[in-house]
Amino acid sequence: MKQTALFEQHQALGAMFTDFGGWNMPIRYGNELDEHRAVRNSAGLFDISHMAEIRVTGTNAGAFLDFALVNPSSAIAVTKAKYNLICNEQGSVIDDLIVYRLAEQEFLVVANAGNRFNVVAALEERIKGFTDVLLTDESDDWALIALQGPVAAQILQPLCDQDLTGLKYYAILEANVSGIPVLVGRTGYTGEDGFEIFTPVSYAAQMWQLLLNAGGERLLPCGLASRDTLRLEAGMPLYGQELDLEHNPYQAGFAKVVKLDRDPADGNNGNFVGKAALEALAATTPDVKLIALVGEGRRAARHGYELFAPGGQTAIGVVTSGALSPTLGYPIAMAYISSSDPSLLLAGATIEVDIRGSRQPLSVTNLPFYKRQK
Amino acid sequence: MANPTNLQYSKEHEWVRIEGDTAVVGITQYAANALGEVVYVDLPKVGSSTVFMKICGEVESTKSVSELYSPISGEVIEVNDGLTSNPEDINGDPFGTGWLFKVKYSELPDLMDSAAYDALTGEA
Repeated sequence: MKQTALFEQHQALGAMFTDFGGWNMPIRYGNELDEHRAVRNSAGLFDISHMAEIRVTGTNAGAFLDFALVNPSSAIAVTKAKYNLICNEQGSVIDDLIVYRLAEQEFLVVANAGNRFNVVAALEERIKGFTDVLLTDESDDWALIALQGPVAAQILQPLCDQDLTGLKYYAILEANVSGIPVLVGRTGYTGEDGFEIFTPVSYAAQMWQLLLNAGGERLLPCGLASRDTLRLEAGMPLYGQELDLEHNPYQAGFAKVVKLDRDPADGNNGNFVGKAALEALAATTPDVKLIALVGEGRRAARHGYELFAPGGQTAIGVVTSGALSPTLGYPIAMAYISSSDPSLLLAGATIEVDIRGSRQPLSVTNLPFYKRQK
Repeated sequence: MANPTNLQYSKEHEWVRIEGDTAVVGITQYAANALGEVVYVDLPKVGSSTVFMKICGEVESTKSVSELYSPISGEVIEVNDGLTSNPEDINGDPFGTGWLFKVKYSELPDLMDSAAYDALTGEA
């Protein structure tokens, strides 16, 4: 299993570890509910160095990414970022990505750890025929540290030479944090304000300690357990659960991310990988749809549990992610469900989940489950 | 986290405390730590029978569901109702307020003493 540059820091903090995408990552340091609440109420610090960073540079960097991904990157303003998907020719999702535009001819694509090599391979295939564009897998050069929570800016600002109030959500800037050159993105996977700090791997331990010290009692180191419940409450997908090669963006509720109508003068004649399949999928009702469910009590509908129409005997869906929401206090879940009975997809509809042999009612609702007060 | 010397232990990480013909059952600190924060516990019903090393309930944490194996055969005479509203007691005080249920037993199974359990879980 691979380790991040912060493995020793995690060990020193008494972390428990788990295998995530081939990486030995902290699942929690202490109580994962405390970690979850720290991010909602104050701040949490996550090592997400397992994520993949791929730099795309050159005159045709934008045109290449437009062709390779479903959401055109040449439309991103410099210093801004966009959520994106990379699909195959069948329109299935290879990975979900964030694309940051660092400069006119320079982009940083952040992919999931477990999909790093699939994404790089797909991009390398798609770059054929393009000139003046360079693809560099920089994943091993970067540590990525997420500082998340309502006081994240208060912790980071005193250390940072740039004014963070000018850094909007889904934007990125070059900065110097206590002498360390970094890229600071105002992005995250928790539903809170926060930053993802791209740190040269040689400075990883220094940056981690710097932030922990600066945060003091306002900040807890947080593992993947709390990261998962935080992102679930925020209604964000996890690749391998809500997104995978078995599903397309329309089933997953990401129709808006797919830009079918392109400028014919975009350098690709308006074409992109998967376009034909995605156009066909967009014109039909998806056979299954990702829905949000809430329950009562404390028993969570978990990944893999089957769903039924009330009293039904045949499974009509399956839970992709589920947990007792630490913030809300009741069970929440995301699930794929057949669209054959459209009434079951509507907010307020009742669906039953089989929790290890007993049926429990759940109500269909809208994402996200949790939205921060601004 | 010392495993109390007055308890006996199963290989599935339950503990038993003998009080006359009654056995109090819980899970160990080691098990609670491995599970993470317990958010729900399903206990056997009062009046039901438990069988040594058979499943008698489940313990659910934020990240996982684990089956509960009874470390002793007998009849359930009391369950810890406080866990319904405070399942986190299992993490906070697994050998005390986080106890799970009590059984009336007739035969003591072969369980580990604290030294053997320390060895199993790598406690010095």
